[in-house]
Amino acid sequence: MGIKIKNVHLFDPLNGIDEIGNLFIEKNKVVKKVKSSSKQEIDGKGLHLFPGFVDVHSHFREPGDEDAETIETGSRAAVKGGYTTVCVMPNTKPPIDNEGVVRFVKEKSEKTGLCRIFPVGAVTKGREGKELSEMTHLYEAGCVAFSDDGNCVVKASLMRNALEYSKLMNVPIIDHPEDFILSNKGQMNEGAVSTELGFKGIPDISESTIVARDILLSHFTKGRLHLAHISTADAVKLIKDWKNDRITSEVTPHHLLLTDEDIGSFDSNKKMKPPLRTKHDIIVLQKAVKEGIINIVATDHAPHPDYKKEMEFAGAAFGVIGLETAFSVLYTELVKKDKLSLKRLIEVMSLEPSKAFKLPLGEIKEGATADFTLFDLKGSWTVNHDDFVSKSENSAFLGRKVEGIVEYCIVNGKIVYKRGEFLK
Amino acid sequence: MGLDSKDLLGIKELKKAEIEEILTTAEYMEEILKRPIKKAPTLRGITVANLFFEPSTRTLNSFILAEKRLSADSINFAAASSSVLKGETLLDTAKNIQAMEVDMMVVRHSSPGTPHFLADRLEASIINAGDGCHEHPTQALLDIMTIKKNFSTFDNLKIAIIGDIKHSRVARSLICGLNKMGAKITVCAPPTLLPLWLEPLGVEFEYNLEKTLPEKDILYILRIQKERQEESFLPSLREYIKDYSITYNKLKNFASKDVVIMHPGPINRGVEIESGIADSEYSLILHQVSSGVAIRMSVLYLLSKRRRDGHKD
Repeated sequence: MGIKIKNVHLFDPLNGIDEIGNLFIEKNKVVKKVKSSSKQEIDGKGLHLFPGFVDVHSHFREPGDEDAETIETGSRAAVKGGYTTVCVMPNTKPPIDNEGVVRFVKEKSEKTGLCRIFPVGAVTKGREGKELSEMTHLYEAGCVAFSDDGNCVVKASLMRNALEYSKLMNVPIIDHPEDFILSNKGQMNEGAVSTELGFKGIPDISESTIVARDILLSHFTKGRLHLAHISTADAVKLIKDWKNDRITSEVTPHHLLLTDEDIGSFDSNKKMKPPLRTKHDIIVLQKAVKEGIINIVATDHAPHPDYKKEMEFAGAAFGVIGLETAFSVLYTELVKKDKLSLKRLIEVMSLEPSKAFKLPLGEIKEGATADFTLFDLKGSWTVNHDDFVSKSENSAFLGRKVEGIVEYCIVNGKIVYKRGEFLK
Repeated sequence: MGLDSKDLLGIKELKKAEIEEILTTAEYMEEILKRPIKKAPTLRGITVANLFFEPSTRTLNSFILAEKRLSADSINFAAASSSVLKGETLLDTAKNIQAMEVDMMVVRHSSPGTPHFLADRLEASIINAGDGCHEHPTQALLDIMTIKKNFSTFDNLKIAIIGDIKHSRVARSLICGLNKMGAKITVCAPPTLLPLWLEPLGVEFEYNLEKTLPEKDILYILRIQKERQEESFLPSLREYIKDYSITYNKLKNFASKDVVIMHPGPINRGVEIESGIADSEYSLILHQVSSGVAIRMSVLYLLSKRRRDGHKD
């Protein structure tokens, strides 16, 4: 079976391609010419073809919290948002801290058969921050990185050992940089807005002090470090000063676009960790993505059922979903407003995460992996409760009018999503 | 004219004219309270639920009394004995109460914004009786009423609020209200008990009590909670008492002769205030408490009037 995509705007920053042309796929590779007799044709007129997006930070909640999301519904959300590869975080119940859970996640993903899913293993057993998990076992079973996400690795000596031990596999240790003593019981960014609303704040130093610690530990051990969901200007400054090729970092679309002022009248869909910061922070973060100080945009897709969000603010769960809206909100708010080039946006959503985590990447090049996403960049839509395919609706962008609609998503040479339809 | 909203969520949402109307109405209510039979039929047929998810004695009793004085039917819902402990969400609890044809709910909760959350989702009128460290509007209104009775004008009135500003909903509401009325406010506390961001509050600040006291018309003293020591906001109560407790000596040496003392209660005698001062001629503390019932009657009346007049949001 082959696929012929004709007259499409081919766009591949890695291979320097930005032109109208045709792309042929046979089996799971990009080819010069389709040989097999059975073929599908896609009229690519008016569409852009990008390398499939790679998300290094999602929560699919399975096993354990299937009322929020499952591997199936999370995969649907991913391909609908143009993602061909997703790394799922280990804060499931039970957590991904043994090979059994890794196998479970992989089996479910294969059965679902939409996007590629790579589990992230826990740094410590039970994500408790006490003993290292069996990292080489987890790696051999299929984990691509390690994280206690949701929890910071509090003990500096343990973080040091994790950074050293993971050199065996040359994969990153992901830290959730939050000093829980500084952020204790905080509900939102500590600043003018929290002062007015009377909330205990999560100060930006709860992030930046751990970022500084982790960076220094990485330099000391020469271990690979990935810093999750950076939200503060001070953390950017530290990364800028200390970055080397062993240190990578990510930022989410909501931390790039929203501030604590958007919480308005106690909107719990603006409640997440780290919290939305200030105007100054988002300007610095946007610039950091542009200049390559931060090299990855990740969603931190964190689904929660309505009864955990439709609550008084302090009782509501932390986290928002993001896979279905990530590209469109960033394209609309940054690319269309000339704050970021389309090329850079595609890099931070595909090329860079793939490089940092050694994950498959679609390239417009003969013999390359056929993971692609086709967008109608002129198509506009409004982010609406009813339209999510994720099991949850806790989006921080509800009500926004955005541009960019995924028309096709191709994973491993197979069309898995055609606008509105999931094809297995 | 009446009130703009079906709810009383905070001082922030009130216009100056609305504050004035609540005060004027409260003065009528005080007359009722001075009659031999302290009761009016105004809220007959109206049902009020007092939903207190945090302990309270003074505010709860003041609301209960205000409801009784106006002949409303009321039910009290205390979280400790409720379905909240059985895992029911706050919204479900409130919807169940509304389903029993309750017209108004007086809500106290530890999370800022809880009354706002309920007000958006329920048809009943919501009165905020304290939401976390955010607002406590009826307290501010009764304080403003007490001040108005004693000073008649807010122009050039100088007020110092002394104590744990950082964790105080009373301070936030009072500052907001006094700013609307035109008074000049200074807050005084050790740096750990002041927010780092004071600009949005619109106040001056001063760490030193002795520099704060001169030329003030009113010293508004906040309660110091003993937990602040365990949470390392204060080295010890002993040290707080030395530097910030209001004593006769400090008043005599630094404050204006005519200064008055206010306190939202409950007071910690010997901590934030030297014991005798609470009972002295300086003190308006019990005046505040009596204004409390009248203010709450006024708010209940104005909101029920708005409901009866058929306003729809």
